[in-house]
Amino acid sequence: MKRILAIAISEFRIAFRNRWVSIATGMMVLFALVLAAAGAAPTGDVGVDRLSVTVASLTSLAVYLVPLLALLMSFDGVAGEVERGTLPLLLTYPVSRLHILLGKLLAHLVILSLAVTLGYGSAALVAIWSDAEAIRGLGSLLRLIWSSVLLGATFLGAGYALSALARRPSGAAGFAIALWLVAVVLYDLALLALIVSYGGGAFTTQALPVALLANPADAFRVFNLSAAEAVAAAGGIGGAAGAIPLWQSAASLFVWPLAAIALAVTAFRKVTP
Amino acid sequence: MTPTLTISRLTKRFGEVKALKAVSLTLEAGRRAALLGHNGAGKSTLMKIVLGLIPYDSGDVTVCGMAPGSSAARAQVAYLPENAAFHPALTGEEQLRHYLALRGENPKQAMALLARVGLEKAGHRRIGTYSKGMRQRVGLAQTLIGRPGLLVLDEPTSGLDPVSRRDFYDLLDGLAAEGTAILLSSHVLTEVEARTDRILILSGGELVAEGTLADLRARAALPVSLLVRPTSNRTPSLTAAFPQAVASGDGLLRLSCAQAQKLPLLARIAALGGDVADLDVIPPSLEDIYSHFSRRDGQ
Repeated sequence: MKRILAIAISEFRIAFRNRWVSIATGMMVLFALVLAAAGAAPTGDVGVDRLSVTVASLTSLAVYLVPLLALLMSFDGVAGEVERGTLPLLLTYPVSRLHILLGKLLAHLVILSLAVTLGYGSAALVAIWSDAEAIRGLGSLLRLIWSSVLLGATFLGAGYALSALARRPSGAAGFAIALWLVAVVLYDLALLALIVSYGGGAFTTQALPVALLANPADAFRVFNLSAAEAVAAAGGIGGAAGAIPLWQSAASLFVWPLAAIALAVTAFRKVTP
Repeated sequence: MTPTLTISRLTKRFGEVKALKAVSLTLEAGRRAALLGHNGAGKSTLMKIVLGLIPYDSGDVTVCGMAPGSSAARAQVAYLPENAAFHPALTGEEQLRHYLALRGENPKQAMALLARVGLEKAGHRRIGTYSKGMRQRVGLAQTLIGRPGLLVLDEPTSGLDPVSRRDFYDLLDGLAAEGTAILLSSHVLTEVEARTDRILILSGGELVAEGTLADLRARAALPVSLLVRPTSNRTPSLTAAFPQAVASGDGLLRLSCAQAQKLPLLARIAALGGDVADLDVIPPSLEDIYSHFSRRDGQ
């Protein structure tokens, strides 16, 4: 545990020096505030407080931004050590590869938590400031924060795995962008296209829920929207969220980070310095 | 007492290329061994196997009685890579605190360790601003953490100036006196000559020679050179007396002979009396001895 912490402290310091902490936090705060301002329109709808509406918009933002931030922080994780030539020495220390990755993960999760808490928090402040009733939506805000951290953990793990597979930072960056495009953008577009072609058929009732759970980004969206019962406010792919039991999307959120880390450790073990 | 490092019949292949061919060696606690060889002779491969960084194909390796790369072995072994690299955003002190924590030692020793390698003034600067020699010293400082049973140093003095180089070997002497076994590599024989107990020469993946410098000198049995300066105008009579002599450009005559013939030859030259103005005896240089062994397989 001490060794994981030692790795984490070093990683955090490096991320801080490289301005990652301020870039991540700044990005989240900026986007969240823009959304809070833009999302003011639907206020006053049927009994939904303003913060819950903001959370629904923040969910759509987080689906894109959290995986992006996580991949940006992690793609260098293993490949960077290989390129700098720091990996051989590190591996001669009495610390396992699992512990090295867990240490990096811990540091990056702390940064991500800080960024989403400050980002969502500032949007929540705006909502509560303009509508005292909005305080009722605090529960869904907290849920959004911890589920964003889990979503981030999945993409951090995936980023380390790609980093270990690519062994060069430039290659790892390419893989990371590809993964982001496929998992966050193209996957949903493909699902939408399929819904349009097979509207209302067996695809929508049976295959679609499975397809949504199989993608951590969609599972995150479904979980937050159905938990907040804000499905109506979101629309789009999120409209299908009602069909999926809450426990299933929650399970997907918890299982994906473990799978991603397991994948990362397996890939890292194959790297010979 | 069991040796700190035992390697027997170690073989490693990279595809078709045999990087190490049945290499055997032992290193006892407190002994310093220098591994010499050309680039690509197998020095780094051997070291990486001892450190457990890469697997090997056959043979046996034990480090402090354990398998190389096991966490118990790693706790006992310190390593200095050929080009010690660190994250440029960290300061020297932060980097050492990190390494101390990874070895389960108190991070507060960081500045004291930096002082031992003469970096106490640069400890609060980022490593990105360090020169190559300074980075090498940070690398050296991290090998001093705890009391390693085995120290593996890959070309440790590259990038160090002659004074730091001497300080470096002084540090090693201190460690060896405390019982640390030291395996270091170099391609400069002149440098390791006086500061190691044993020299191992690797060539094309084979251990071609092993022993003290005196052993190697005797085994190589390289010819001794004698440089004779004739008195003016006496060159023809000298070349007549020693037809095998080779004239060099500056009027000197070069003779060479086996060790055993050295004294008789000297006696013959001395007998020429006034024809000889000066005489130098040049024993085979360390580089000659090294070349003799490392080129034996036709490299």
